[in-house]
Amino acid sequence: MSDSFPAGLDGERLKGLYRALCITRAAEERLEILQKQGHVTGGLYRSLGQEAGSVGAAFALRRESDGTGDFLAPTVRAAGAMFLFGATLVDFFRQYMARETSPTRGREANVHWVDYQKGFVGPVSPLGTMVEIMAGVTLSFSLRGEDRVGMVFYGDGASSTGAWHEGLNFAAVQRCPLILMVEANQYAFSSPTAKNTRVQSFTEKAPGYGIGAESVDGTDVIAVYEAVSRAAERARGGLGTQLIELKYFRRLGHAQHDSQEYVDPALIAEWEKKDPIACFHRRMVDNGWATEQELETLWHESEEDCRVAAEQAIAEPVPHGPDAVDDVYTDVTTPHPWTRGVSPDPRLA
Amino acid sequence: MEQPTPEYLQKTRRGEPVTLLEAISEGLFEEMSSDERVFLLGEDIGTYGGAFKVTRGFLEHFGDRRVIDTPIAEGGFTGAAAGAAHMGLRPVVEMQFMDFISPAYDVITNYIATSLYRGAGPMPLVIRGPVGGGNRGGPFHSQNVEMAFFHTPGLKIVYPSTPYDAKGLIKSAIRDDNPVIFEEHKGLYRAPALREVLPDEDYVVPIGKANTVREGKDLTVVTYGAMVHKSVEAAELLEKEDGLSVEVIDLRTLLPLDDDAIIESVKKTGKVLVVHEDTRTGGIAGEIAIRISEKAFEWLDGPILRVTAIDSPVPYSGSLEDYFLPQTSDVVKAARYLAGY
Ligand SMILES: Cc1ncc(C[n+]2csc(CCOP(=O)(O)OP(=O)(O)O)c2C)c(N)n1
Ligand SMILES: [Mg+2]
Repeated sequence: MSDSFPAGLDGERLKGLYRALCITRAAEERLEILQKQGHVTGGLYRSLGQEAGSVGAAFALRRESDGTGDFLAPTVRAAGAMFLFGATLVDFFRQYMARETSPTRGREANVHWVDYQKGFVGPVSPLGTMVEIMAGVTLSFSLRGEDRVGMVFYGDGASSTGAWHEGLNFAAVQRCPLILMVEANQYAFSSPTAKNTRVQSFTEKAPGYGIGAESVDGTDVIAVYEAVSRAAERARGGLGTQLIELKYFRRLGHAQHDSQEYVDPALIAEWEKKDPIACFHRRMVDNGWATEQELETLWHESEEDCRVAAEQAIAEPVPHGPDAVDDVYTDVTTPHPWTRGVSPDPRLA
Repeated sequence: MEQPTPEYLQKTRRGEPVTLLEAISEGLFEEMSSDERVFLLGEDIGTYGGAFKVTRGFLEHFGDRRVIDTPIAEGGFTGAAAGAAHMGLRPVVEMQFMDFISPAYDVITNYIATSLYRGAGPMPLVIRGPVGGGNRGGPFHSQNVEMAFFHTPGLKIVYPSTPYDAKGLIKSAIRDDNPVIFEEHKGLYRAPALREVLPDEDYVVPIGKANTVREGKDLTVVTYGAMVHKSVEAAELLEKEDGLSVEVIDLRTLLPLDDDAIIESVKKTGKVLVVHEDTRTGGIAGEIAIRISEKAFEWLDGPILRVTAIDSPVPYSGSLEDYFLPQTSDVVKAARYLAGY
C-alpha cells in the first residue's frame, strides 16, 4: 500500500493530519456548546470549512517545543495550526473562558496568546499588525543565521491594511524567511473579497513585492501541505518571503452573532460538499490509508479530548479583580483605584 | 430610485422613544437627506448596515455612491475622506470600533487637524464610532480614544450620553466646518433606560456646550459618556443616604471644553470630582483640574479629585474589567471623602 501514500507522508502522519483536523473542528464545536451554557466570554469565531488550511500549513513546518523550531502567528481562524504547534486544548478553552489559569490570566481573548518555546505568537485584533511583527521575527532568524522560517496567517480582508503592505514589503526587501498565508475565504465580515481588492487571486499581488507565491485549494489538506512544504523550502533556501493563497469559503458568519444573511445559501451548500474533513476522510478510506473504523475513533477521541479539556477549564477560577493592576510594566507598580480601599485616600492613587 | 424612509428610522416622527443608537441613525439619515454633500465611508456599513447597525437601510435609500463599504484600511479611507472634504463634500467616516482609528492617526493629526492652519482650507468631516468598555471586548474593542486626540489642536471631540444629545450633536458635527471625532459608547447604544422621545423637528445641540444634568450645591461631578449615568446614580444615592446635594455636569463636548460651565459650578459648590471611564494618567481630569486651578482657585473648599479607570490596557475577563472600570460605588466613596472637607 505504502507506495500509494501521497506527498511523502506515511500512514501515521496521514492519521496525524486527520486527527489535527478533527481536534480543530471538535474544539470549535465544543466552544459553541460552552457558549450556549454561558461559559464563553466575548465573541466566538469558527473556522468551519477552513480547517485544512491551518492544519496542512502547520504540518509542513518544523515544530519543536524548545524554542528552536519554526514560528507561527495564527489568526482566530487558524487555531488548527496552533494546536499542531503544541497549544493545548485546555489552554484554548481557558482563554475563551477568561480563566485565571489561562496563558494571559484572563487579560486577552481566544487565540491571542504566546508561547516562545512552542513557537507561536498570537495575534492582536488590529488587522495586519502581525505581518510586521513576523517580518521582525524572521529577520532575527536571518540575522542570527538560524535555519527557521516564520508563518503568518491573515484573511483576505486584512490584506487591505497598511500594516499588511508595509510588513510584507519590509520582509520581501530583507528577504526574510516568512510565509504569508492568505486565508481567502471570500468574505471579510459582510464584505465580499471584491470590496477589498481588484485582483482575482492574491498571487497577483506577489510580483508587486518581488516574492514567490502559490494558490492552493484550501479545503485539500494534502495540497496545502505540499504547497507550504515547497514555500518553506524556498524560504529556507534563501529565496525569502513567500505568499500562499488558501482558496476556500467561510461557511459560517463572521462570528456567532452574524447570521450571514448577506451570503447566498446555495453558495454555502456548494462549499459544504467540499468539506475538508469529509473529503479527506473519503480519500483516506478510498485509498486504503486508514480504515473507516480508525477514522471514526480519531473523531470520537478528539471530541472526548475536547470535552475533558473544557470540563477542566470550567472548573478553574476566574481572575481576582484586583490583579488587573499587575504586569503593566516590569518594574513599575500600577496603583489600585483609591476608592476601592477601606479608607479611601486619593494620595494612594 | 430612492426608497422611502425605513419605518425604524421614523420613530421620532411617530412620537416613539428612541435609543441612543437610533438617535444617531436618525441624525445621520436626516443630514444625508437634507444635504447631498454628506456621504458615508466605513467597513461593512452598506449591505450589513454597520457592525452595530447604525446605518441599517442607508445603502438601499441613498445608494452605494453615498454609503461606501470600504476596504479594511482606516488610514486610507480617512485620508480619502479628507480629500473629498477639500473638494466640498462632507464625509462621515465610521470606525468599526474606535480602537481601530489608530492606523488613521497620522492623517488625522498631521493632515486633517492642520489643514486650516496650513491654508489648505477647512475640513468638514466627522469620524465616528463605538467606544468604551463593559462589553468584555478585551484590549482592542473597549478603548476610549479621546485623549489620543485631545492634544491635537484643530480637532473637536464630542461624546454624547443621551439620545437627545447624540442626535443633536451628530447633526452639529456634520454641519461643523472643523473635523470632529464623535464617540459613541457601546454600553449606551441600546440601553433601554435611556430611551426617550425626541422633538420631531430639526434641532441641533451646540458643540462646545456642557449640560448640567442634575443641580446641586454641595459638590460638583464633572463627567461625560457612560459615566454620566453612573454619576447620576451615585448622586441620587448620596442624596438619599447622606443628604448630599450633588451637581452633575455632562461635558458632551471634550474639545473645546466648556470652561464656563465648569467654573460656574465650582464657584457654587467649591468641590469637584472628575469622573471618566478613560484611563487615569493623561485623562481629561488633569486638564480640567488645571483649568479650575487657574480660574477658580479661591472658590475651592477641597482638593480636586478624580475617579477613573486604572492605568492598564482594558482586560478581557469580567472580573478584571469590572475592577478596571470606575463603578458607581467608586463615585459614591470619592464624593463622601470629598464632602468631608
Ligand atoms: C485594523 C482593523 N480594522 C477593523 C477591524 C474589525 N474587523 C475584525 S475582523 C474583520 C474582517 C476580517 O476579514 P478577513 O481579514 O477576510 O478575515 P476573516 O474574518 O474572513 O477570516 C474586521 C473588519 C480590525 N480587527 N482591525
Ligand atoms: Mg476573509
